[in-house]
Amino acid sequence: MKQMNREVVTNKMNRRLKMNTLAKWIFFGITLLILCILVILLVRIFSQGMAYFDWHFLTNFASRRAENAGILGPLVGSLMLMVVVIPIALILGIGTAIYLEEYAKKNWFTHFIETNIQNLAGVPSIVFGLLGLTIFVNVFGMGPSILAGGLTLALLVLPIIVVTAQEAIRAVPNHLAHASLGLGATKWQTIQKVILPSALPGILTGSILALSRAIGETAPLIVVGALVFVNYLPSGFMDGFAAIPIQIYNWTIRPQEEFQQLAAAGIILMLILLIVLNATAVWLRNKLNRKQQ
Amino acid sequence: MGERQYKSEIRAHLASKKKGKWFERSISPLLTVLASISVLTTIGIVFTLLKEAYHFFQETSVWDFITGIEWTPFFASDPKYGIWALVSGTFTITVIAILFAAPIGLAIAIYLSEYASDKVRRILKPILEILAGIPTIVYGYFALTFVTPLLQEVFPELSRFNALSPGLVLGVMIIPSIASLSEDAMTAVPQAIRQGAYALGATRLEAAIQVVLPAALSGIVASMVLAVSRAIGETMIVTVAGGSSPNFGFHPMESVQTMTAYIVQVSTGDAGYGSTLYYSIYAVGFMLFLFTFVMNIFSRYISRKFREEY
Amino acid sequence: MQAVQVKINQKMAFENTTDSGNETKAARIVFHTKDLNLWYGADHALKNLNLNIYENEVTAIIGPSGCGKSTYLKTLNRMNDLISSVRITGDVHYRGRNIFDPTYHVEELRTSVGMVFQKPNPFPKSIYENIVYGPKLHGIKNKKILDEIVERSLRGAALFDEVKDRLKENAYGLSGGQQQRLCIARALAIEPDVILMDEPTSALDPISTLKIEELMQSLKQEYSIVIVTHNMQQAARISDRTAFFLNGECIEYDVTDTIFYRPSNQKTEEYITGRFG
Repeated sequence: MKQMNREVVTNKMNRRLKMNTLAKWIFFGITLLILCILVILLVRIFSQGMAYFDWHFLTNFASRRAENAGILGPLVGSLMLMVVVIPIALILGIGTAIYLEEYAKKNWFTHFIETNIQNLAGVPSIVFGLLGLTIFVNVFGMGPSILAGGLTLALLVLPIIVVTAQEAIRAVPNHLAHASLGLGATKWQTIQKVILPSALPGILTGSILALSRAIGETAPLIVVGALVFVNYLPSGFMDGFAAIPIQIYNWTIRPQEEFQQLAAAGIILMLILLIVLNATAVWLRNKLNRKQQ
Repeated sequence: MGERQYKSEIRAHLASKKKGKWFERSISPLLTVLASISVLTTIGIVFTLLKEAYHFFQETSVWDFITGIEWTPFFASDPKYGIWALVSGTFTITVIAILFAAPIGLAIAIYLSEYASDKVRRILKPILEILAGIPTIVYGYFALTFVTPLLQEVFPELSRFNALSPGLVLGVMIIPSIASLSEDAMTAVPQAIRQGAYALGATRLEAAIQVVLPAALSGIVASMVLAVSRAIGETMIVTVAGGSSPNFGFHPMESVQTMTAYIVQVSTGDAGYGSTLYYSIYAVGFMLFLFTFVMNIFSRYISRKFREEY
Repeated sequence: MQAVQVKINQKMAFENTTDSGNETKAARIVFHTKDLNLWYGADHALKNLNLNIYENEVTAIIGPSGCGKSTYLKTLNRMNDLISSVRITGDVHYRGRNIFDPTYHVEELRTSVGMVFQKPNPFPKSIYENIVYGPKLHGIKNKKILDEIVERSLRGAALFDEVKDRLKENAYGLSGGQQQRLCIARALAIEPDVILMDEPTSALDPISTLKIEELMQSLKQEYSIVIVTHNMQQAARISDRTAFFLNGECIEYDVTDTIFYRPSNQKTEEYITGRFG
C-alpha cells in the first residue's frame, strides 16, 4: 500500500522550490545589507572628514576653534602607547603560548591557565581600565601616564596574542621538531630555530590583530585617566597623554557640526593606521611564507 | 668538507653546548613566570574590583545597591545607588542589539555555510572581519551623527540620546561574531548528514533549517550568548549615543545610561580619589564583570555540553 | 515526444535482454545511460558510459578504487551537483525522462531515487524523526499514517523488532549496523522506485553485512537496487547483473553469472581472478 502520492509530491515540489529560491535571495540580500552598512559607514566618515584631513590637521595641537584644531598630540600619544604595548604584549603573549604548547604538562594547572585566558578574553575592556587605574596608576604610582595606559592595553590584548600564537605553534608539523631533536638539538634550540620561524606568519597575524585592537581602544584609557585636551608633546613615558580614539570621542560628543567633522578626520587617520598595519602584516606574511617554501 | 674537520666542529659545538645548559634549564621556569602573568591579571581584576567595591559598600548598603532602582549618585544630599537603573539601561540596549543581530547574523551564517560558493565566501568573510575590526568609537560616532538623525526622520519623538540607535549599531558590531561563530558550528556538521537530507529530496533550505540548524544549535546558541556578553560590556557606542539618564525600565526611545557609560561618565568627571563616587565605579564594574563572566561561562558550557558527537 | 522516448527505451531494453541470452522476463529499463562523460575539473572521471539499469533487479558495479563506480552512482540521483567543478556531457534517462533536463528538479528525482551511503549517516535526531523526515518533507502530516510508515519502513529494513521500544531515542545510540539499516529504512520511508547503495557494508562487521545482504534480496521484490561494492564476493552473491568499471570506462556489463564465470573481456577476467585491483 502506497502512502506517497507522486502527484501530490510533484505539486508540492513547486512551492518548496520557490521557498528555497526565495530564502536564498533573502539570505543573500541580508548579507549584502551588511556590506551596504559598511559602505555607508565609510562614505559617511570620508564625506564628513576629508575637508579637515590635511597636513595642518596632522601637525597641530588641539584647539578650541575647529579650524585650528589638529591631532598631533593624540597621534604621538597613540604611537608612544604602541611602543609600550608591543614589546610587553609580544613577550608575555608569545612566552605564554610557548609555555602552554611546548613546556606545560597536561595537568590541572595548564588547564587552569588556558581557561583563565579564555575568560580574560571575555572581560569587558573597561574593566581592564579599572584594573589599570588601581594597580598601575595608584598602587605602582605611575599616575595617568603613557606607561600606565600602555601596560593596561598590553594586558587587554594579551589573550588575543596567546591564543593565535598557540594555534600557530600547534600548526607546525611535528616531524619538523622531531627532525631537529633527532639531530641532537636541544629543546630551546628547536623552538628557536625550527618552531618559531615556521609559526612566525601566524604569530605575526595574531599580533597585528591585537595591535589593531589596542590602537582603537578608548574606554580603558579614559578610565586610566587619559587627557582629553593636550597641547604639548609628551616628553617621556611618565607624562600624561591623549590618544587618537580619545580625541575622536571628545570631538564626537561636541554638539557643533565642525567638531564632528574633525572627529571624522580623526577616524580617517585611525583607519589609515589600521590599514597600514594590516597591509604590513599581509605583506610580511606572504614574504615569510615564500621564504619558507 | 673533510670528515675530520666535520667531527672536530661537532665536538667544538658540543663543548659550547655544555656552557649553555644552565640557560636551557632556566627557560622553563622563565616561561612559567610569563604564563602566570595572565593568571595574575585575573586575580588582579577580581581583587581590585572587590577591594575598591568594599570601600563603596562601607558607605552604601549592599542591599540597597542590588535591589534599588534609582541611581542618583550626583545628588549632593541623599544620593541613591540602585544598580537596576543602570542594569535596565544596559539590558534595553543589549536586547535591541541582539534582536537585531541574531536573525541577521544567523541568516549570514546560513548563506555562507549552505548556499555561497567558495569564491563568494572568500570575498565575504574578510569583509565581515573588517566590520568586526572597526574600533567601537567609530561605531559610536556613526550612531550619534548618522543613525540617530536618520531614525529621528522616522520617529520624530526620538530624543537625541536614546537606546534604539546605539542598540542597532551595537547590533551591527556583534553581527560578524554571531555570523562567523554560527557558521563555524554549521560547517562542523558533517557533509554526510546534509547529503542524507538531499538524498531524500530536501531542498537546500529544508536541509539547512531542519537538519543542519538543529544539529548546530548548541554552537549557534553559544555564539549568541557570547554576543550578549560582548554587548553588555561594550562601552563607547552606548556612551556616545545612549546618553546619561539612568532610568529604570525599558525605554528604547529615551536617553538611558548603561553600566559602562556610567563608569566613563565618572572617569571623565572630577570625582576625587577616595570619594564614594570614585569607589562606585568599581561596584558597577564588579557587576559588569559578574554578568559577562557568567555569560561567558554559560556560553562555553552550552557549546561543550550539548555538542553533538557526529 | 516523451512517449516516443519511452518506446525507444523499451525497444533497447528488449534488445539488451536478448543480447544477454538466458533472461526470460523482458525487464523494463529504469536508467538508460547514453554517452555519459564526467569531469572533475580536468580529471576525466567517467568516459562514454552506455548502460541500462533494470527494474526489480540488483545491479552491482565493481572495479578498483578510483574507477568511477561511485561517481556514476552519484550521477544517477545527481548528488554530484553538490561539487561545483563537475562537468557532464551525455544523457541519463530515468524512466524515459532526462535527469539533466533543467525542468526536472533534482529534489523530485531524488524522491524517486533514494540513496544509502558508504558510512551510516543518520540525522542527530530520534529514530522516529529520522524516518518521518522524508515523508514529512513531501507533505504527509497525519500522525497515524506517519506511525504506519515508521513501522513498515523499519520492518522493511529488518530493524523494527530491535528498536520498537526506543523509537524516541537518539539514532546515535544504535550500533553501526543498526544505523545503516536505519538509513535504509529512512530511504524506504519515501517509497522510492530505485535505491542506490554506495558500498553500504564497507564500514560494517560481517554479521551486519550479512543482514543487509539478505535485506537486499527481499527489497528487490519492490525496488530496483544499484549497489557499488569493492567486494567481488558480495557482488556475486547478491546481484543479478554486474558492471565492471576501470579507469572511468565500463569494460563489461552483463548478467552476473556471465561476468563471473564467462567474462568476455581479458581485463574483467584479470580483475575477477584477483590479478589486480
